[in-house]
Amino acid sequence: MNRLAPAFNLLFRSQLGPLVALIFIVVAFALADGWLGSGNFLTARNVRVMTSSTALIAVPALGMTMIIIAGGIDLSAGTALTLCGTVLATSLKFSPVAAGEPGFASQVAMALLITAATGCACGLLNGLLISGTRVVPFIVTLGTMTIFLGIGQIIAKESTVYAPPEHLPEWLQNLCYTGPTAAKYGLIPYVPTSALIAVVFVGLVAALLRYTVFGRNVFAIGSSESTARLCGINVPLTVLAVYSLAGLFVAMGGLLYFSDVKNGNPSDGMGKELEIIAAVVLGGGSLSGGRGSVIGTLIGALIIVVIRTGCTLLQIPNTYTHIIIGVIIIVAVIVDQLRHGSPEWLFRMLAKSSS
Amino acid sequence: MAEVPLLEVEHLSKRFGATIALDDVRLRVQRGEVLALIGENGAGKSTLLKILSGAHSPDAGKMWLRGNPYRPAGPHEARRCGVAIVYQELNLAPDLSVEDNLMLGLPGTGGGLLFRGRQRQRVRQVLAEVGLDQLDPRLPVATQSVATQQLIEIARALMLDAQLILFDEPTSSLPAKDVQRLFDIIARLRHRDLGIVYISHFLEEVREVAQRFVVLRDGRNAGEGMLDQVTDAQIITMMAGREVDELYPAVPHQPGEPVLRVVGLRARPTPRSVDIEVRRGEVFGIAGLVGAGRTELLRALFGLQPRDAGKVLVEDRPVASSVRAAMAAGMGFLSEDRKGEGLAQDLPIVENITLSNLRPYLRFGLLRLRLRRKSAEHWMRRMQVKARSVQQPVAELSGGNQQKVALARILHEGAEILLLDEPTKGIDVGTKAEIYRMIGQAAAEGKTVVWVSSYLPELLAVCDRIAVMARGTIREVRSASQWTEDAIMQCAICLDDA
Repeated sequence: MNRLAPAFNLLFRSQLGPLVALIFIVVAFALADGWLGSGNFLTARNVRVMTSSTALIAVPALGMTMIIIAGGIDLSAGTALTLCGTVLATSLKFSPVAAGEPGFASQVAMALLITAATGCACGLLNGLLISGTRVVPFIVTLGTMTIFLGIGQIIAKESTVYAPPEHLPEWLQNLCYTGPTAAKYGLIPYVPTSALIAVVFVGLVAALLRYTVFGRNVFAIGSSESTARLCGINVPLTVLAVYSLAGLFVAMGGLLYFSDVKNGNPSDGMGKELEIIAAVVLGGGSLSGGRGSVIGTLIGALIIVVIRTGCTLLQIPNTYTHIIIGVIIIVAVIVDQLRHGSPEWLFRMLAKSSS
Repeated sequence: MAEVPLLEVEHLSKRFGATIALDDVRLRVQRGEVLALIGENGAGKSTLLKILSGAHSPDAGKMWLRGNPYRPAGPHEARRCGVAIVYQELNLAPDLSVEDNLMLGLPGTGGGLLFRGRQRQRVRQVLAEVGLDQLDPRLPVATQSVATQQLIEIARALMLDAQLILFDEPTSSLPAKDVQRLFDIIARLRHRDLGIVYISHFLEEVREVAQRFVVLRDGRNAGEGMLDQVTDAQIITMMAGREVDELYPAVPHQPGEPVLRVVGLRARPTPRSVDIEVRRGEVFGIAGLVGAGRTELLRALFGLQPRDAGKVLVEDRPVASSVRAAMAAGMGFLSEDRKGEGLAQDLPIVENITLSNLRPYLRFGLLRLRLRRKSAEHWMRRMQVKARSVQQPVAELSGGNQQKVALARILHEGAEILLLDEPTKGIDVGTKAEIYRMIGQAAAEGKTVVWVSSYLPELLAVCDRIAVMARGTIREVRSASQWTEDAIMQCAICLDDA
């Protein structure tokens, strides 16, 4: 049975786990789609749609990854994200100048700045409450989740904010564009700008976590807060920085969300936080802290999107899609525990079945 | 002996992944005896107890209990068969009452209902057997001291008519007077014809409580016999597989001028006004009972506990009450709680060694990972840490190796004043000797060591001066040669007060 150990290690102990799962799921859907469905799953168009949808989850999940590595959680990410989207929609809607008129660029810049500040403020509030009051992050962010929803609804006057198209710059309209017109893509034709943004920031945050003192401190705090304190790490300040930075990514998520739907609806955010957390967990993040990777999170977001899209193409009703995603999350966490816990019982099972 | 042994174990083997924890181990326990299971950390003692108590199942080998084949499927079944275990860490539900804890997992709680009244008689009886007749069984367990909780654990074993009780280092968290009480109770259980297996690192303790011993080394039997027929040196040789030439290796060092000065230091609840002066190149021991405020003194020095009054001066410069200030002044602190505080258990060795001082590896604000790994490898060799690589999580290391990693971190910081809180707690003899050598070495290099320990022989052998603490103050400081164990104990329990 111990001959299996190296293979076992390669498969489960390495960071390859989520990637293997992703490849498996893609292949499974491609086969099923080719056989039963429309055959649209692996078309370029659909791949573009999927990468763009992934960016919508992955970008805010970058902040969540840092928070979860630091041993925290942010339930307010969903409503903070749509709050940011609503703030952006509102500031563009009431912009005194339309596209093409003089001063429009600075108006847009101002709107983006306000959006970023909103996200940071949301994160800062979470961080201050968590560092300052020592109330557990789950409770603090459960509270701020509805607070942000409420603020968003006040701004949106309890409805949805539509920004008129003439108030939107060209690039903002096309951030999530996945259609056939090459000119509508930003930097690289046929690569959605949202996906580019996600990839660039995944790289930056991965480097931040791996190559900076701040990054190592985040892991240390999540693994053992008292050890971090013993090593002279300023724990409250680091936690504050993590939540504020996460707020910035939430704001970027809000920007992408707005660009995707072209409006701001505060209550759209309810439940988004769970999707974001699921991406982190599928990517190998541990809710007890000290473990997680942004590349894993990106893969986690891809897994969710591939399943959702695949199910749609196979005309599986939404209700079943929910169940499938739920099952996959639970299975992923069980596999993850096996990966990091003792594989002993699995060995024993294998030994029994082979004897 | 013609009598059927209470427990018999033959050819027991167990492996975890690639590590062999137990290899062809045999063991025999008679009724009415206390068998000491001795061995260095990682020798397989705890694994053996876990198999006996049903927490692990063996890969190979046979066990018999009272002559019947014994192979428990889990801890619950082991208890039903009459095998109970009292762990190092207590396994009680702290918020439940004493009696509810005693009844946990008991059969005969008909139809899922508890009949407290019916059981209360029995509860009082077993509590009396462990000397807790005064205890109100309705109090929550959390309100009781560690020592009492341990006795409650033993009482729980008796509730199920245990025949064989396994103790895994039961005294490591007990103050001296409770240790004696525990020994009395173990002796009483022995006279009731129970069999007892007892793991401990302290040879003198083993001699006091047990009659026979079995030594494990690297998961194999390495010797056994009657305790009154062997010397400590012989046992140590069996444990280490080589002769530990010197238990207390002496490294010559010469204390210089005063470096650390503490004036009127006070914090809540302890210490209450402490004045000390420690010199460069000096090993300064602090003895005292648990609760005397020794740990709190170190924590207040290191800024982990807020000070109410007093000053801490390093080379005549005041040190503010924060960890960063203490570290900037050259202090390094080794926590007594290795698992919870000292080390980030899930993180690899390299991370744990370098965490407190990443500056040397920074270039343009980015970490040079290769350089850092090289440096960690250097420290691992220097401290003789036994591990696969610096990437191994510390949780997978034995206690002694973990402690070396924790020490490596302080030395890697470049600390000049080492505040060590029980650095040899729960560590095997061989590693202890290595740690004494490192302490001597540090002093020889001109570092200052402030060392809190409850194990008097090591303080007497290694320190230059020893202070005795009691009730939050320093009672007396003398050079180590002018102390004896008795004198320290008397001073610690304030006998000369009267």
